[in-house]
Amino acid sequence: MNLESVKTLYLAEMARSLRTVLQSIVSPVLSTSLYFVVFGAAIGSRISEVDGVSYGAFIVPGLIMLMLLTQSVSNASFGIFFPRFSGTIYEVLSAPISYWEVVVGYVGAAASKSLILGVIALITARLFVPYSIEHPLMMVLFLLLTAVTFSLLGFIIGIWAEGFERLQLVPLLVITPLTFLGGTFYSIDMLPPFWQAVTLANPVVYLVSGFRWSFYGISDVSPLVSLAMILLFLGAAIALVAWIFRTGYRLKS
Amino acid sequence: MIRVEGLGKTFAGGFEALCDIDLEIRRGEIFALLGPNGAGKTTLISVICGLVNPSRGRVLVDGYDNVRQFREARARIGLVPQELTNDAFIKVWDSVRFSRGLFGKPPDPAHIEKVLRSLSLWEKRNNRMITLSGGMKRRVLIAKALAHEPEILFLDEPTAGVDVALRRDMWEVVRQLRNSGVTIILTTHYIEEAEEMADRIGVIRSGELVLVEDKQALMQKLGRKELTIHLRDPLHAVPQRLSGHGLTLTEEGHALVYTYDAEAGEDDGTGIAELLADLEGPASPSRTCTLARAPWRRSSSAW
Ligand SMILES: Nc1ncnc2c1ncn2[C@@H]1O[C@H](COP(=O)(O)OP(=O)(O)OP(=O)(O)O)[C@@H](O)[C@H]1O
Ligand SMILES: [Mg+2]
Repeated sequence: MNLESVKTLYLAEMARSLRTVLQSIVSPVLSTSLYFVVFGAAIGSRISEVDGVSYGAFIVPGLIMLMLLTQSVSNASFGIFFPRFSGTIYEVLSAPISYWEVVVGYVGAAASKSLILGVIALITARLFVPYSIEHPLMMVLFLLLTAVTFSLLGFIIGIWAEGFERLQLVPLLVITPLTFLGGTFYSIDMLPPFWQAVTLANPVVYLVSGFRWSFYGISDVSPLVSLAMILLFLGAAIALVAWIFRTGYRLKS
Repeated sequence: MIRVEGLGKTFAGGFEALCDIDLEIRRGEIFALLGPNGAGKTTLISVICGLVNPSRGRVLVDGYDNVRQFREARARIGLVPQELTNDAFIKVWDSVRFSRGLFGKPPDPAHIEKVLRSLSLWEKRNNRMITLSGGMKRRVLIAKALAHEPEILFLDEPTAGVDVALRRDMWEVVRQLRNSGVTIILTTHYIEEAEEMADRIGVIRSGELVLVEDKQALMQKLGRKELTIHLRDPLHAVPQRLSGHGLTLTEEGHALVYTYDAEAGEDDGTGIAELLADLEGPASPSRTCTLARAPWRRSSSAW
């Protein structure tokens, strides 16, 4: 492993985010606050409790997941798309580093950034509702795995995209609907049986459920199933990246 | 220093950009790759630097295979691309420092300062790239390529878009680099530039290396006022395209003799540049490697 190169890539990516540090911090604070005002206060006043947890506290893990997913995908996809688009990728491709070192640099930076934003959102949420974390270690593990997995997915999208439209397409058409339908704002046993079954096909359900379990010990599916599913997604993402590199897909002609 | 063996590149659409290139670059020389637009200069450089996968053949850099031992091979190479590509908002200093780190070298501000000064960029070190002129941006790309102290430097059309004064400066920088032991491969469209700069010149046309010649030998032969071009396949008559050059066919169609008038030289002097341009000719679109190989040999004895 060429540590100096990986460190350089990682820090350069982090520095790029730092140039827009204000909007990086403002956006999670603002969106979390909005969700709390709209869902926590407005709807929460009608729905008092879900599974023994106040509605405001119930939606916290889902909101953090929502932020983590969207930020991971957008950071990572932009991070690799931008040098491809501007042509500066030539330097990375001609450097004495392996593809996996490139991944560690780019995906590591994207995941770090979304983790930082996730923590900021958690702190913001605390201003609105008191919540507890029953299994902090598992919570951190879920956060980490999700950030890495979806940063990998973003990386893949950034390599696949041939224009800014495509870069937006997958997040818009796939990630956002899945997260909204992923049990962030409701427990899936509030749905009719048929929709419960359909929902179980949504991978985000497992993430939100497992993450919520690490907070309150309640979950839609067993936390072990959640963990297994995340590891499955991670494995799939790694396999896809490996395929991209083996074929040189969209990086080298 | 670099050995290219039987290198071929066919792009995904089936376009054959490089045909069986064999080339040896010597340690410490300045090698000019001369050829018209679309000849394959950038493609050849890209394959050597690992930006494009070769379809056939291989490249050894200082003895290391550039695919299987890419770390050793690439660590020795600095590349200045033809296109001015950069992150508009990054500062010059950060950009050059990034390049060094990317190649796995520990930070060395003194070296980066030296590089920036040698390229007259020191005053601009805190400028963002977007505030620089085109010529300055090109020099930043050179600085980035030199940041990791490469033994080999590729310059893809270094003087494109550079004014005459700066061009002289740039040639001077290149010479200094050569004097410090760096092997330099540059591409150009102009034989004058190749003559001015290079120790050896390779002419590439439609993906084929049609000639590799020592500049000194070339000039000496030019001094004899007679240039003999040996042909691989014999010709019956001087081709139409070359009729304006006063060529004669000898050795039963196996050689073309070009006699030029050194005294009459108005603009170009020898007319060699025009002759080469016509020899290169327009690329034939449906060419394949084996069928329509250029009729002249590519060994240095060909002249
Ligand atoms: N990615 C690609 N896919 C398909 N064809 C390509 C690709 N890159 C280059 N080519 C083709 O290969 C040929 C050689 O291109 P190359 O860029 O190597 O030329 P060049 O000698 O550098 O020309 P110039 O002097 O204009 O820079 C051209 O016909 C070009 O269209
Ligand atoms: Mg070119």
